[in-house]
Amino acid sequence: MTVRVQRQRLLRVLAPLAVAIVALAVWQAAVEIWKIPPYIIPSPVRVAQTLATDRTLLLNSLGVTMQIAVTALALSTVLGVAIALVFVQSRLIEMSLFPYAILLQVTPIVAIAPLIIIWVHDTRIALILCATVVAIFPVISNTTLGLRSVDAGLINLFRLSRANRWQTLWRLRVPSALPYFFGGLRIASGLALIGAVVAEFVAGTGGQGAGLAYQILLAGIQLNIPRLFAALALIALAGVAMFAATVALSRIALSRWHESEMRHDA
Amino acid sequence: MSADVPRSGGRPAIVEIRGACKTYDTGTQALANVDLDVQQGELLTLVGPSGCGKSTLLSLIAGLSSPTRGHVRWWGTDYAQTGGAGRSIAFVFQSPTLMPWARVTTNVRLPLDLAGIPRSAADDAVAKALARVHLTRFGDHLPRQLSGGMQMRASIARALVTEPDLLLMDEPFGALDEFTRQRLDAELLALWSAQRMTIVFVTHSIHEAVFLSSRVAVMGAHPGRMLDAWSIDAPFPRDDSFRVSREFAEHARRLSACVASAGDELPNGGAQ
Repeated sequence: MTVRVQRQRLLRVLAPLAVAIVALAVWQAAVEIWKIPPYIIPSPVRVAQTLATDRTLLLNSLGVTMQIAVTALALSTVLGVAIALVFVQSRLIEMSLFPYAILLQVTPIVAIAPLIIIWVHDTRIALILCATVVAIFPVISNTTLGLRSVDAGLINLFRLSRANRWQTLWRLRVPSALPYFFGGLRIASGLALIGAVVAEFVAGTGGQGAGLAYQILLAGIQLNIPRLFAALALIALAGVAMFAATVALSRIALSRWHESEMRHDA
Repeated sequence: MSADVPRSGGRPAIVEIRGACKTYDTGTQALANVDLDVQQGELLTLVGPSGCGKSTLLSLIAGLSSPTRGHVRWWGTDYAQTGGAGRSIAFVFQSPTLMPWARVTTNVRLPLDLAGIPRSAADDAVAKALARVHLTRFGDHLPRQLSGGMQMRASIARALVTEPDLLLMDEPFGALDEFTRQRLDAELLALWSAQRMTIVFVTHSIHEAVFLSSRVAVMGAHPGRMLDAWSIDAPFPRDDSFRVSREFAEHARRLSACVASAGDELPNGGAQ
């Protein structure tokens, strides 16, 4: 590895970090110079302090929200891939059902969430279902596209070798679809968290199973703005973590052969 | 020039095409009334300008598509239905068509895996096929780690691994540079001589056709049709001295003249 490549990699971490430090410093200075009260905009230091003092409460809620989002992501992966596999069995099936997948996608979750929450007794399951509805579409559409985007020559090769449907699916279509699938998963990871938070806003469940959305809601009502900011920061961090996890997964699966994940300095 | 039907001369025909027409859904007539016999053990090249239907004809021979009219028979039967009674056809495409996620050995083993051949037997066959195309040391590489010529060799190894009775090649070296192409042509001839298999090779290169063929079939375009076919009797093995021989030049000239004279009859060849 050359020095230049090393420097490039370091820069990739340092440059955004520098932006964050500068932004936080400006924010802190602005709050102090203009003496902005913490119930309007709390300073970064104040947010950090709140994060520390309320850590049990906030981390518990983070755990609840993450559990919902991650379960929803897993569920939409399994269901989305299964639906995509059904879609590629025949054009007729896809033509008949795909519009409904789109319908699910374009209907705002805030409009469906109250129904799901009424129908499903267990609130946590209801929230997982809501987040799944939000996250599943990119998995379905990307995986379907991927399963269909197979090199025509390879399809002919499999035909000439008298491969059966299962062999063609497992040995050709599935590996070809992987890059598309991971693209969908990346989008779904963000959507799962958004879905979890939005659904919780609608459900408004408190008590033991309160997630970060409830903490934000409550802190807003109580004008506990530093806690609101702290919860917000945790949600953002959770989103970044989930995104990073899917990126890492994609890199592990594809780095050997696919252009999108190849390290050009290797 | 009369279309001298390329019939088998004594040796058994393994593929027999009679009156084959192919019209695509778009109305394009790719093939008009083509007769062709592929003889056991020959290296037949189909040569002609683009649009002459040589790739279409090859996919008919492969059974990948069927003629709109006329018929194709393999070993006297319908290969698509009977599976040719244990006979096999292998295809080498214009591009290497390797699975990018799989190592060279896995790619080459694919036809055996799909046929359900046990791994131990398959591995021996793969090693043999890789040795034949001089890729033994590259079995663990991924396709992207190989040069274009080496990828094509891997593709040929995959075709050879089933010991096919008939090997079909669709302009396999068309995308390669001239030096690599000539080397692969020579290697292919060596393989063919050693294995005594039957090869149908599509090309638009007159020189490649003359160098390789035991028999050449010349096709014309608009619609795709058979113009002429003749044997190239120069002895094998052939080497670079054949490329500069008088015999080579004569065959090349005859081939060009054949295509050119057909080109004059083109409805859109300038007259209209």
